[in-house]
Amino acid sequence: MLVFAVRRFGTMILTMFVVSVLVFLLLEVNIDGVATKVLGPYSSQEQRHLWLQANGYYDPAILRYLRWLGNFVVGDFGESVRFKVPVSEVLWPRLANTGILGGIALFFASLIGLTLGVIAGMREGGARDRGVSVVSILTTSVPEFASATFLMAVLVFQFQLLPGTSGMADGFDPVQLVLPVLVLVIYDFGYIARMTRASMAEVMTTHYIRTAVLKGLPYGQVIRRHAMRNALIAPFTVIMLQINWLLSGVIVVEVAYAYKGFGSLLYEASLNQDIYLIEACAMVAVFVAVMTQTLADIGYTYLNPRIRFS
Amino acid sequence: MASKDHSYTGPILECRDLCISYFTRAGEIPAVIDFNMTLEQGHSIGLVGESGCGKSTVAMAIMRYLGNNGAIVGGQVLYKGRDMATLSEEELRQLRGNEIAMVYQEPMASLNPSMTLGRQLMEVPLCHENIGEKEAYDRALQILSDVNLPDPERIMSVYPHQVSGGQQQRVVIAMALLSNPSLLLLDEPTTALDVTVEAGIIELIGQIASKYNTSMVYISHNLGLILETCDRVNVMYSGVVVEGGAVGEVFDHMRHPYTKGLFGCIPLPGADKAARPLVPIRGQLPLPHQRPPGCYFGPRCDFFKEGLCDREGLKMTPVPDEPGHDVRCRRWQEIDWSTYKPEGVGAGATQAGEVVLSLNNMKKYYEITDNSIAAMISGKRVRHVKANESISLDARASETVAIVGESGCGKSTFAKVLMGLETATDGEVFFNGKDIAQQEVQKRSPEQVGSMQMVFQNPFDTLNPSHSVGSQLARVIRKFGVETDKDRIEQRVMELLDLVKLPRDFARRRPRQLSGGQKQRVGIARAFAGNPSTVVADEPVSALDVSVQAAVTGLLMDIQKSYRTTLIFISHDLSLVRYLADRVVVMYLGHIVEQGTTDEVFAPPYHPYTEALLSAVPIADTSVEKTRIILEGNLPSVTNPPSGCVFHTRCPRFIGDICKTEEPPVVTLGDGHRIACHLPLAELQSMKPVISLARAPQTPAAE
Amino acid sequence: MTEQAVAAVPRRESSVLRFAKGLALIRESWVGMVGLVLVLFWVFVAIFAPLLAPFPPNATGAPLTLPGGPSLDGSAVHWLGTDQLGRDILSRIIFGSRQVLLYAPLATLCAYLVGIPMGLAAGYRRGLTDDVLSFVANVILSFPVLVLYIIIIATIGASGTNIVIAVTFASAPGIMRIVRGLVLDLRNREYVFAAETRGESPWRIMLVEILPNARGPLIVDACLRLGYVVITIGTLGFLGLGLPPPDPDWGGMVSENRQVAMFLPYIAIFPCIAISSLVLGFNLLADGLREVSLRD
Repeated sequence: MLVFAVRRFGTMILTMFVVSVLVFLLLEVNIDGVATKVLGPYSSQEQRHLWLQANGYYDPAILRYLRWLGNFVVGDFGESVRFKVPVSEVLWPRLANTGILGGIALFFASLIGLTLGVIAGMREGGARDRGVSVVSILTTSVPEFASATFLMAVLVFQFQLLPGTSGMADGFDPVQLVLPVLVLVIYDFGYIARMTRASMAEVMTTHYIRTAVLKGLPYGQVIRRHAMRNALIAPFTVIMLQINWLLSGVIVVEVAYAYKGFGSLLYEASLNQDIYLIEACAMVAVFVAVMTQTLADIGYTYLNPRIRFS
Repeated sequence: MASKDHSYTGPILECRDLCISYFTRAGEIPAVIDFNMTLEQGHSIGLVGESGCGKSTVAMAIMRYLGNNGAIVGGQVLYKGRDMATLSEEELRQLRGNEIAMVYQEPMASLNPSMTLGRQLMEVPLCHENIGEKEAYDRALQILSDVNLPDPERIMSVYPHQVSGGQQQRVVIAMALLSNPSLLLLDEPTTALDVTVEAGIIELIGQIASKYNTSMVYISHNLGLILETCDRVNVMYSGVVVEGGAVGEVFDHMRHPYTKGLFGCIPLPGADKAARPLVPIRGQLPLPHQRPPGCYFGPRCDFFKEGLCDREGLKMTPVPDEPGHDVRCRRWQEIDWSTYKPEGVGAGATQAGEVVLSLNNMKKYYEITDNSIAAMISGKRVRHVKANESISLDARASETVAIVGESGCGKSTFAKVLMGLETATDGEVFFNGKDIAQQEVQKRSPEQVGSMQMVFQNPFDTLNPSHSVGSQLARVIRKFGVETDKDRIEQRVMELLDLVKLPRDFARRRPRQLSGGQKQRVGIARAFAGNPSTVVADEPVSALDVSVQAAVTGLLMDIQKSYRTTLIFISHDLSLVRYLADRVVVMYLGHIVEQGTTDEVFAPPYHPYTEALLSAVPIADTSVEKTRIILEGNLPSVTNPPSGCVFHTRCPRFIGDICKTEEPPVVTLGDGHRIACHLPLAELQSMKPVISLARAPQTPAAE
Repeated sequence: MTEQAVAAVPRRESSVLRFAKGLALIRESWVGMVGLVLVLFWVFVAIFAPLLAPFPPNATGAPLTLPGGPSLDGSAVHWLGTDQLGRDILSRIIFGSRQVLLYAPLATLCAYLVGIPMGLAAGYRRGLTDDVLSFVANVILSFPVLVLYIIIIATIGASGTNIVIAVTFASAPGIMRIVRGLVLDLRNREYVFAAETRGESPWRIMLVEILPNARGPLIVDACLRLGYVVITIGTLGFLGLGLPPPDPDWGGMVSENRQVAMFLPYIAIFPCIAISSLVLGFNLLADGLREVSLRD
């Protein structure tokens, strides 16, 4: 178990390393492009040359990469072209905002998804099962940008129940969180529900559930003690991996509602060719994703006694 | 257990005209029809029949657990005189696990993988009786030692996958016994287990029956097990009971042609492939929605009479002088069994030719990398699994050499090395004079590959479901270069289908349109496509029903005889091996413990393992007397085999430290009969036969 | 056993016919039928777009006409209104279906062409091949999808071809994983052993013995993936990273029309409905196919 965790973290570091190489190759190898992005398209050849020289860009790529990586590891991401401040100054507050949004959305999506999934999977093919299936297919078929637009039209412009933007211009306002959370939950819960349902339905057909029923246990106990304990192992992983998906959804939602989070930051950065900000955002996003995946794997191993004791 | 009514003296269980159906998209499908059974207290009834005969459905109906699409559509199940159909859900729940308990086929699947065994056991008394955790724990602990499990405390605290299959089944039995039920349903409780483990479980079930006075319904496809466990038996065929009665009467004087046929299909000790061959039942079991009118066995019966047997309304009729013996046949009194001499599917005696395959000290080790911290510290990260250790044997032309052993004995590895899917770690494998031990299949010539082919175990995935039967056979013919011309290939495919007695239009069919037996025939045709001199058959019939088994076995022997093929027959079924093999090799944990001609191996002197194995095989013959030898302990793991003699941990004839420390010498007794054992020669030679016939092998006949 | 089940002798039939028969099974699932109808509807619309659309997609007229309002010359009706530039919404949705139904299947196909061989090799050969391929897949999959798209598109620019490249790059690892999982199961079947014991080459075993038996789950996955690629293309359009203007693109239309949502809240919804219905079609079709394939 401990060995497994150590190995898993080792793999994670290796993955991050390869990702950093990838990001570096994609964005920093063409040094003239870097200079253009930093100094703007109207800079002269001379200016770019001087800037490149001043910032050590004529050094060998390996050396530049190592220096870049070193700076990254200690949290020095360079200076944002657009905001004219160190990247870390904009990045961390934005990430915290996204953490709030994503956390709340994930909580509700998991809660609804797990509940519906368990209910649907208890009796495969029953009316509840079909109902949940149709609803979850329907909600996962509507892209985030479509539901964001639709909810805005209905709840903001038609009935004027909620504010249309979530910029939080006057400080933190929970009401402004409602729409973004709603959009994320609608898109995400269906997937969790379907996965939970599949897992639950599979467990319900196993022989040990038959054993439990034929032991004379009350139905509630069969479901709670025998079925759910096994059925919820798989959705745990799904929920952890959902964080990776959520990071994609967050970009759309934050752009749609002008929420000042990590997603809109990355979006702005990419529109403005803010190269250091893009790099930082990408690395942070991958780090979050890889970290959750690692935790998911370790958690799965821990939850499953068949792996834990072998 | 205050609620239990132990003063009741009537029959524990009665099924009256029970009819059970499943409702599918295709409509109602009757699974069990007109089923009657009375089980008295302390008695045990066996339900026996081939797959799909409805025997397990009966058990589930008794438990009233038929799933969403099954229902009792007629008749009654009376438990202690009460109609189960009138019970409320709550009453039913109190009955289940408390009064009626069940033991299942797959012990691993029947236990919750994420719950400790102790918790699963304690649930039963906690739910049915008003007692506390402590008392429940003690009760569970007690019952675990009652089912002869070593170290019950440890068992209580572990998860199912941490104990062996045999121990799992003991836990399931313990769970069933915890509330001291009046009725125990056993649904193929040993089918998933090895034969020596099975013997232990059967013994335990026998002990329970006498100790707790529990009534039992024992479901099995194995007639021998029924004989060992039950007083009465119901033989089922396609949803109906065709014959029922006391075990002795049914086994010795069966009246129904199906029962008779079933006994003709199983290799009893008297059977012999030359003199008394097996008699398969022709045709196939009808599908539930395609049963013929009248007698369901009609189309396969040699005594079928038009206008009589296909009339509806067939009922059970009692046999006059044998109370409780009933037969579902209109003609049973007319049949004269003494003149009935059906044609068997054996092969005459064959003369073994020159040596075709010769193994000399063949070894196959696998490397396992251990990633645990302890292994990293001690530096012993790579361990060797000795899947095959010093295998030496010869096989001659037109000879059948059987490799016998339980799971983990190295049979499959042996086959893989022969076929070139693995290369031997050491030693020689001479095939037609060339050493192929180090030659992978890709490095062998097409003739070499074609002349050694394999028949596989599982009919359901021996053929590729995506390609037609004909194209799969054609591919083999092309690959081995037997024919190259398109028309000639097609001609050869037809010949192969003729060879395995399948209609020629099967060439166009997809595997899923074929029955298990038919697929296995195609598998045999495929193996013989390249005119092989040697065929390795890995449990070729173990997944088939008894009646089909006999036909496929017969076919295989027939082809072998006409082609003078060497057949390496890998099997765990000793009865079958005794029936068809010329020479037998007994393996245990990768070692050959004994080899010799069939007669030599099946008669003393034995290796102690062979002796135990022979004793463990259930035999469906009332005249057979066996010495009971139950092996203690578990099958050791191949990754960590015992030192010295690998069998010493379970050996009933263990003689001391020498068994633990030294590998046993190979003793040669007579011509080629070799035993690897430390026992002194004198003791080996003084062994008594395990199986003896109390009277001359009787011809199972009616009058 | 099932001798009687095969009373009728099937004629030799072409694989195309069999495939069509397999698809015809979808009739037994009403969910699948609804999905199929939705997908076929959009395919039909895309093919006959010039005949169905009342206006050319980029023709401008009176801006912000209400749904049902007349065109400038009064000869036709803007059934769904016009956008800020006075372009007919309905016509743009109709022509937009062409973009989606060209690029989504193309991108999915490319992803499969890359992912299947990778998955076969990883699952069948195992060992180092598997370790390397799986690691590469893990690295790519550890990027949040949209982050990956944004980086790729930011680097190579937005165009139809680049979307296909980006989708292939991002989806192939997922396909590889699915194929690998199926192969790991199928490679232990006895017919694979049979092929090995007669010395077939590894690629023949992978392509002839294993791959055809994995087609069921792969077809279901392809349907789901098509739906997801449609969402991706739409999202990229919405973020302004999709197909370059002025050709109509559903995602782009949503973001353009959102800017005037204050005045006409509903015109932004129409392209949303279009894209959602197409995705729903693919998802329902996948569900129906899965249901039917599990039946026998």
